[in-house]
Amino acid sequence: MTELTRLTVTAAREGLAQGHFTATELTQAYLDAIAPAGDLNAYVLATPDKALEMAKASDERIAKGEAGPLEGIPLGIKDMFATNGVRTTACSNIIKNFVPPYESTVTSQLWRDGAVLLGKLNQDEFAMGSSNESSAFGPAVNPWRRNGSAQPLVPGGSSGGSAAAVAAHICAAAAGTDTGGSIRQPAAFTGTVGIKPTYGRCSRWGIIAYASSLDQAGPIARSVNDAALLLRSMAGHDPKDSTSANLPVPDYEAAVGASVKGKRIGIPREYRVDGMSAEIARLWDKGADMLRDAGAEVVEISLPHTKYALPAYYIVALAEASSNLARYDGVRYGERVPGRDIVEMYEKTRAAGFGDEVRRRIMIGTYVLSAGYYDAYYLKAQKVRTLIKRDFEIAFAEGIDAVLAPATPSAAFGIGEKSSGDPVEMYLQDVFTVTLNMAGLPGIAVPAGLSSEGLPLGLQLIGRPFGEEGLFSLAQVIEEAAGRFEIAERWWE
Amino acid sequence: MSVDQATVRRVAHLSRIAVTEDEVAHLQGELNAILAFVEQLGEVDTTGVEPMTSVIPMQLPLRTDVVNDGGDARRVLANAPVAEDGFFAVPKVVE
Repeated sequence: MTELTRLTVTAAREGLAQGHFTATELTQAYLDAIAPAGDLNAYVLATPDKALEMAKASDERIAKGEAGPLEGIPLGIKDMFATNGVRTTACSNIIKNFVPPYESTVTSQLWRDGAVLLGKLNQDEFAMGSSNESSAFGPAVNPWRRNGSAQPLVPGGSSGGSAAAVAAHICAAAAGTDTGGSIRQPAAFTGTVGIKPTYGRCSRWGIIAYASSLDQAGPIARSVNDAALLLRSMAGHDPKDSTSANLPVPDYEAAVGASVKGKRIGIPREYRVDGMSAEIARLWDKGADMLRDAGAEVVEISLPHTKYALPAYYIVALAEASSNLARYDGVRYGERVPGRDIVEMYEKTRAAGFGDEVRRRIMIGTYVLSAGYYDAYYLKAQKVRTLIKRDFEIAFAEGIDAVLAPATPSAAFGIGEKSSGDPVEMYLQDVFTVTLNMAGLPGIAVPAGLSSEGLPLGLQLIGRPFGEEGLFSLAQVIEEAAGRFEIAERWWE
Repeated sequence: MSVDQATVRRVAHLSRIAVTEDEVAHLQGELNAILAFVEQLGEVDTTGVEPMTSVIPMQLPLRTDVVNDGGDARRVLANAPVAEDGFFAVPKVVE
């Protein structure tokens, strides 16, 4: 790792402004780090020529005194974001050669603010997964390993390539998406910071749709301040997304380091699920102590419908997915497999193009929406969703400012360990993260300690709608108390 | 509720995904595992509860009904697997 790739976004911005190094030098340092990191399989497409071209433009703007807030910062982008002229696949064979003629709103705002594109990052196919194992490009690998072990571990998912790349210092930070935990769970598995903002905070325009009422974009970064910097550029109203919130974007960085004295933090008793590891339970207690030491008040609360969030999620998300993914029919884009007639063409195209997990989810979604089952499944799940959101509304009305919970039920697991047999075993990874997507609330995952095997563990803070600033203040307290976690051995180099 | 093999074939057809006979039994097991998992929602009393329609209260914005984009068939067709004379091409639909 060079001195340049070691820097946080915050420190790199300072160094660029002071003229200690150029954007081109910084970008080249990352490109040099990406080249030998093939074993991580974090990038599905590196764009070195484009990166150097963008870095050169950044250097010119810096010289003219026109630097944007992210000027010259090299980023990796999850392959869910459409990038103009740069192949975008959602890590699916069905659009493996898709080159968008347009740019997603979120990434266009990153480029507007001066950031540099290093390439597109690996993920679960169509963001459906919690381990990055369903990618058509093969699994991304966690740069972390258990003490004394060379067994490859998953980086989490679906934004697994993003989290792996940030943790391995082969991008300065990344843009991910989160439908049920896809930013926060991989952040926790890799010792990085990830935030899923409030539904509507970031535009979904140009992001490949999975479940439209749950999908949100957000950053994965190496520090709380870095995440705050990125979110400020990513967030904002967009007339092209009718669900994007028309609210001003606060200066999130100003919230980092703000006092949390007197804040009331809820500890939901229903999150103490059966089978939670003692290690996670201890980490959770430790996190509460850190916030208490900083002057926050920690109280036990009840979110009685927690247990039903995951099953309700798997109905709502899969129903929406079956509808959203109907567009991949081999007509307007993507790969086509010919058939005798148009229906056979559709059926063969979709059988060849979708992987097993995506096929499973589309079929479940189709079933729960089909005639005679809609009320029993979809309508029931949307009613349960109302109750899940109401649980949080009651807690907030009683004066709770934020909720503290674990980010994941365990540390990172081995590749292949949970991918055989029962699909539900993998779904349980999202037990602590999915409630927020169902309630539309913001949540941040922040590293808080290491497991006995030397793997990072994360805590999660859940806020009120559009309460991201409060989350950054609280996460900063945990980051300061717990420290940041770096990988000791760069085995992939 | 659990699904039988005929339902698996019907759902696959509704989903427009071809499945082979070998896959049907396997898919039946997987779909039933997921359906058994979501079954627990039956325990929740939802009498008088409104289904969620918008997770963050917001008013649907209106705009003037005018053409504000388009007129670029070349870019629209750029990713088409088969295109002819400025149109998407598909197998014959109407005899």
